[in-house]
Amino acid sequence: MSKVLMKGNEAIGEAAIRAGCLNYFAYPITPQSEVAEYLSRRMPEVGGVFLQGESEVAVSYMIFGAAACGERVFTTSSSPGISLMSEGVSYIVGAQCPAVFVNIMRGGPGLGGILPSQADYLQATKGIGHGDCRLLVMVPASVQEAVEMVMMAFPLAEKYRNPVMILGDGLIGQMMEPVTFPDHLKTPPSNKNDWATNGMDTRKSKTRNLVKSLYLDPEALNAHNLRLKAKYDRMREEEIRYETYNTDTDYQILIVSYGTMSRVCQSAIDTLKAKKIEVALVRPQNVFPFPEQAVLEAASKSSCRHVLSVEMSMGQMIEDIQRSVQGKRPVHWYGKCGGDVPTPEEVMEAVEKLIPA
Amino acid sequence: MAKTFSRPKCLSEQETRYCPGCTHGIIHRLVAEAIDDLQISGRTVGIAPVGCAVLCYNYFTFDFQEAAHGRAPAMATGIKRVRPDLIVFTYQGDGDLASIGMGEIVHAANRGEKFTTVFVNNTVYGMTGGQMAPTTMPNQKTTTSPFGRNVEEVGMPIRVAELLASLATPAYISRQAAISPKYIVRAKKAIRQAFQYQVEKRCFSFVEVISTCPTNWGMTPADALKWAEKTMIPYYPLGDLKTPESVKEE
Repeated sequence: MSKVLMKGNEAIGEAAIRAGCLNYFAYPITPQSEVAEYLSRRMPEVGGVFLQGESEVAVSYMIFGAAACGERVFTTSSSPGISLMSEGVSYIVGAQCPAVFVNIMRGGPGLGGILPSQADYLQATKGIGHGDCRLLVMVPASVQEAVEMVMMAFPLAEKYRNPVMILGDGLIGQMMEPVTFPDHLKTPPSNKNDWATNGMDTRKSKTRNLVKSLYLDPEALNAHNLRLKAKYDRMREEEIRYETYNTDTDYQILIVSYGTMSRVCQSAIDTLKAKKIEVALVRPQNVFPFPEQAVLEAASKSSCRHVLSVEMSMGQMIEDIQRSVQGKRPVHWYGKCGGDVPTPEEVMEAVEKLIPA
Repeated sequence: MAKTFSRPKCLSEQETRYCPGCTHGIIHRLVAEAIDDLQISGRTVGIAPVGCAVLCYNYFTFDFQEAAHGRAPAMATGIKRVRPDLIVFTYQGDGDLASIGMGEIVHAANRGEKFTTVFVNNTVYGMTGGQMAPTTMPNQKTTTSPFGRNVEEVGMPIRVAELLASLATPAYISRQAAISPKYIVRAKKAIRQAFQYQVEKRCFSFVEVISTCPTNWGMTPADALKWAEKTMIPYYPLGDLKTPESVKEE
């Protein structure tokens, strides 16, 4: 299919349809309301479901109800809205239903601001809901990658019977870039009859299905949590995704950065190369599971002296990097979290501070 | 001799764990009878609340989902929108529906979502141990209103059926009671009617059922029935408050 120029938010909506998801529930919030506006027109064209819920809390349960029927379903929101949805996310994880949540992050805490941010990293990767609750978290760095991740997210959610989150900074939603919608990423829905509450007649069964997260017996709850842990462990085995940049040089500094911020870092790395300063980049494409081994290996290269976490948050991913590097190199932080994206010059300055004169 | 009375087919053989004198068991039976009568159990999905009825899926034999506190109407909306062919009902208590879930029930009703809600009003939070609910009667003592509900501080009990009936969207809104045989016969008819409207894809349907909680009211089951009749029925009048036909006549 040919390339089209699309705004990120609209491309995300279209990608879900192309992935075979025809059910969308949402509540408006800047900077991602264009997804709902786009799908309110587009879903009727394809015979899909569009519903604007009364709150993000309600939306998270509309998603739960639809997901429990085994139907592909997704929502989009932004940081404060995701906080409200986090109750429902925990129930969906507990009840082992597949669903896709997109967070186009804005500044926080509280109302914060409406400009781009990456400040929900810890929420998405460590604290998305109460209980032992984890999501597969994908972090696109371009509109094209957002499209591909949305399309990949549905089969992954079904593979694990667990929600998947697309964690994009505000720029991913707001910028326009050329995109294609790869046909090969359109997948058939998985078999759901063994668990979904889609009506006994639908699956021609005399046995009823139950979708629940309550286990009052302590042994049963522990066993349930061990089953969930096994899924998270399997994600750690099978869903590590990252890219590297300039790692074949004798770099002194390793940057770890994701999303739009990683593209700024690439520009800084190119400019520094011209100044004979070699810097490498590890760009996680999934942040849960985190590419610990890739970061450790890159940091362990003998030429590497320092590791720098560059994030549009006040030192959140740095904790995963420190854990990965295991004290072998000092890990530093540079970032901004007010809505301004750091410039390549500011990243270069942060890098040069680490290099002895 | 012909068998004239038996367990509804979609009511399981599991013994209920409700307290002596609780009317949940009766209301479950009325729901099961309606579903059997309409022959819809194979396409029914029930939604259990948080509260005493959280385990109500153990007592039915068709598909069930378990909601978070108050969120059952949002879940029912999700199901009904993606699978309009399924028959969906929520079964909720007064803490669940009238307090934490007030937003969800009002908006689902106002959108005219074509599912059914059975709302059991016994004036208290039962499972958590008898705390005050939005439906607790004036001066009624509960574990969080030990001197009686002070309406100066917390207002009057909410009449949910009247509140929902005030919405302009067509709906079936009824209030019934499960506290004596004559009321139960009427409640059975209303619950059957509520499901019938859903089968016909007509409207949102809602039946509030006045119930008792002898354990948390600190009464014998017999006294609880008398108290409900004397105290609740005058404040929560019974009958159909709204039908889709009545809206058209306006």
